[in-house]
Amino acid sequence: MHIFEGFLPSPWWQAWFVISIPVILYGMYKLNKLVSERREVVPLLAVAGAFIFVLSSLKLPSVTGSSSHPTGTGMAAILFGPAITAVLGTIVLLYQAIFLAHGGITTLGANAASMAIIGPLVAYMFYKAASKAGMNFYLNVFLATAIADWVTYVVTSLQLALAFPSASGGILGSFTAFAGIFATTQVPLAIMEGALTALIMKYVVQIKSDVLVDLNVLTNSTVAKLKEAMQ
Amino acid sequence: MKLEYLVAIVVLLFAAQFFYGVAANPDSEFGGADGAAGDMVSEIAPGYEPAEPWFQKYLFEPPGGETESLLFALQAAFGAVVIGYTIGYYKGKSKAN
Repeated sequence: MHIFEGFLPSPWWQAWFVISIPVILYGMYKLNKLVSERREVVPLLAVAGAFIFVLSSLKLPSVTGSSSHPTGTGMAAILFGPAITAVLGTIVLLYQAIFLAHGGITTLGANAASMAIIGPLVAYMFYKAASKAGMNFYLNVFLATAIADWVTYVVTSLQLALAFPSASGGILGSFTAFAGIFATTQVPLAIMEGALTALIMKYVVQIKSDVLVDLNVLTNSTVAKLKEAMQ
Repeated sequence: MKLEYLVAIVVLLFAAQFFYGVAANPDSEFGGADGAAGDMVSEIAPGYEPAEPWFQKYLFEPPGGETESLLFALQAAFGAVVIGYTIGYYKGKSKAN
């Protein structure tokens, strides 16, 4: 769930654009480069983008009594890195802001920062660190994408808290209030997203593992081990 | 097949937390967390009026819940087609080899 149109006063919405725009531009550069150098990754790129489309359209009910939607950006971050994911995530946010009045145009910078940049960045760093440490691939994907989903909404809470510090508790006080809505609602959804992403990645390993090796997501020896386990 | 079983368990747990949520919040309509956050903004900053940018009146807004759910469904369907097509294409190709 993104920040509504008009719900970030100046200078906050501008500030988030200042942060997001350079990352998105850098992502467009990386995306162009990837597509022109490696045509064979384009279908996988489409899958990663489509995954964000599907997951961010599913408003799921949570134990807290409200609904929210997963982000789907963690998978793209693991496959293509956070910069390219920033572009994919922003496309989805733009679609929802223009056609669905979901999120907003002035709040696009802030929503891109949380869902398309910071969440994916956390997923990417977690995935790389955990795979270096030798964590099981599927567990790694599950944790990285679940954490990215959850962090997205922690950032959303922080964005609102910075713009609306409460009179009694300041920024921390209102962060607790907003996180009480977003971050707790998101916990079951994040777990669901992590599980679903791990499953999709299993199929990608099964049918297109060479691209994963090309993209430095997995090494040849890990792919061999994973495939052996599937037999 | 082990991972599929684990995911199925997660799906069941997800359903369980939903039914628990329904029982624990009998009056809730499970509205969006963004709406709840909007209410929280008016609680924290009672005088705040969300600014309406000048281009707002030119933007399309779904006339009601039905059209909105149509557009969300189209979004999901489009994504699902792309994922299904690509995975099926790769699978057929690897079988052919």
